[in-house]
Amino acid sequence: MATYQNYFTQVQIRGVVEMGVPLPRHDVPRIGKPVFLRLLGLMGNAQLGPIYLGLTGISSLLFGFIAFEIIGLNMLASVHWNVVEFIRQLPWLALQPPTPDMGLRLFPPLAKGGWWLITGFFLTASLLLWFVRTYNRAKSLGMGTHIAWAFASAIWLYLVLGFIRPIMMGSWSEAVPFGIFPHLDWVGSFSIRYGNLFYNPFHCFSIAFLYGSTLLFAMHGATILAVSRYGGDREVEQITDRGTAAERGALFWRWTMGFNATFESIHRWAWWFAVLTPLSGGIGILITGTVVSDWHAWAVLHHFAYTE
Amino acid sequence: MALLSFERKYRVRGGTLIGGDLFDFWVGPFYVGFFGVTSAFFAGLGTALIVYGAAIGPTWDIWRISINPPSIANGLAFAPLNAGGLWQMVTVCALGAFCSWALREVEISRKLGIGLHVPAAFSMAIFAYFTLVVIRPVLMGSWGYGFPYGIFSHLEWVSNTGYKYLNFHYNPAHMVAVSLFFTTTFALGLHGSLILSAANPSDGGAVKTAEHEDSFFRDIMGYSIGTLGIHRLGVFLALAAVFFSAVCIVISGPIWSQGWPEWWNWWRNLPIWG
Repeated sequence: MATYQNYFTQVQIRGVVEMGVPLPRHDVPRIGKPVFLRLLGLMGNAQLGPIYLGLTGISSLLFGFIAFEIIGLNMLASVHWNVVEFIRQLPWLALQPPTPDMGLRLFPPLAKGGWWLITGFFLTASLLLWFVRTYNRAKSLGMGTHIAWAFASAIWLYLVLGFIRPIMMGSWSEAVPFGIFPHLDWVGSFSIRYGNLFYNPFHCFSIAFLYGSTLLFAMHGATILAVSRYGGDREVEQITDRGTAAERGALFWRWTMGFNATFESIHRWAWWFAVLTPLSGGIGILITGTVVSDWHAWAVLHHFAYTE
Repeated sequence: MALLSFERKYRVRGGTLIGGDLFDFWVGPFYVGFFGVTSAFFAGLGTALIVYGAAIGPTWDIWRISINPPSIANGLAFAPLNAGGLWQMVTVCALGAFCSWALREVEISRKLGIGLHVPAAFSMAIFAYFTLVVIRPVLMGSWGYGFPYGIFSHLEWVSNTGYKYLNFHYNPAHMVAVSLFFTTTFALGLHGSLILSAANPSDGGAVKTAEHEDSFFRDIMGYSIGTLGIHRLGVFLALAAVFFSAVCIVISGPIWSQGWPEWWNWWRNLPIWG
């Protein structure tokens, strides 16, 4: 009964280090001497490194680091530079966006949201540079740019929350604070202020795609593990030259629910479910307060909520 | 009919857990088996009961039809049909159908000679549902703590239950679960993208290989988990998300009945701060 189910690697072998497929001439060399880690090898490849940095990579990391530091130092300043208090209060500490009286001012005083705007600038620059990086890395290897466009969907939600919606509302104070509990407080009060976001249909879509993504990954991951004894994890080979792994995986779902994807199409389902999660979420946030001010009232108006 | 080009050679007898050859056949693309029969029975009865509940209820509006659990005062007793009894029967039918479906997946996996990962993963979802409608209500002493079966009524239940604990986002298990849902979706986006980008190259050249996939991820973040590892990771993340969802609701009430923001005071009051 206790048969091998392939959840972990039983025997780890150590071959030569893979340095990666050759890069085009205009790219800089990869850096870092790869190491093998037993712990990583339990679930996936044991090899860590090398990495490609290049100009966009280095500047993205630098800008991200600057944003991270500004947030941290502002939090440290808020507890009067007391390191013990900083650790103790860390989950409650925040770097708040500008106060409402600052409107959309580009250069409010530093302590009244100026630092928040500077952080937003650096963080946004970091994310956009990382987007360029995902695009360029794919191009250099001659691959499709699907990752870059999926990442763009996440950047869309980020920009709606901290940039587009605040501008449409006419105040930076509408944006999300940086901080662990403070951003949760923002989410909670945002929902209450606009009459319960559960009645926002785009919020419904976003949640459905979020849960749907989790369901899809569980179904897909489990299917591949189940057919891994037939080499099913070599997905690109199974796409171009269908083997018994792909056939059994497909028939499992066909016999279970009357429908099956293929080894290629399941990844299109995956891509769309993942991409639509922040895409519809961003639409839901964008129209809250700008188009619809009370989702419960909206739901009553459209006859899908009780008036109580 | 409804047969894929390669399907006939896979349609062989065997692999059943119960019933031998008796239910070992297909209807269209669907495999039946003993558990197909029980699935159909429970799903059919449960759906009929929901339709009956709608018929004796206040609305036929699909968004507002709701099969409500018994009142809190009813405790753990059987309730009259029109006062929560229907909910109790639908719950039994749902659990019967879900478990039948999982066992049917086991039979199909055995027939195809593949691993049992899908039914094992599905069991985690059944466990989460069981936690919501059985474990937590039993621990709290009333079926009334179960959630209503309706599109917007179940959202209202989530909302009201959340506010009972002031701000549910402060629930530590909820934090972990939400983070895992986001991470799973993120990882799914990356995996789907990677396979599509290898199979659909931008340079119009040959389809790329797993070596390209590894190179891409090492170039981006210094590590590629690999073709097998990503599926282990996906299953792990997805199941952990569901598991912590079950944890976050079962501790709300039975273990912690105040607001979740207050729970964190232990951290601020640790004796180490001096």
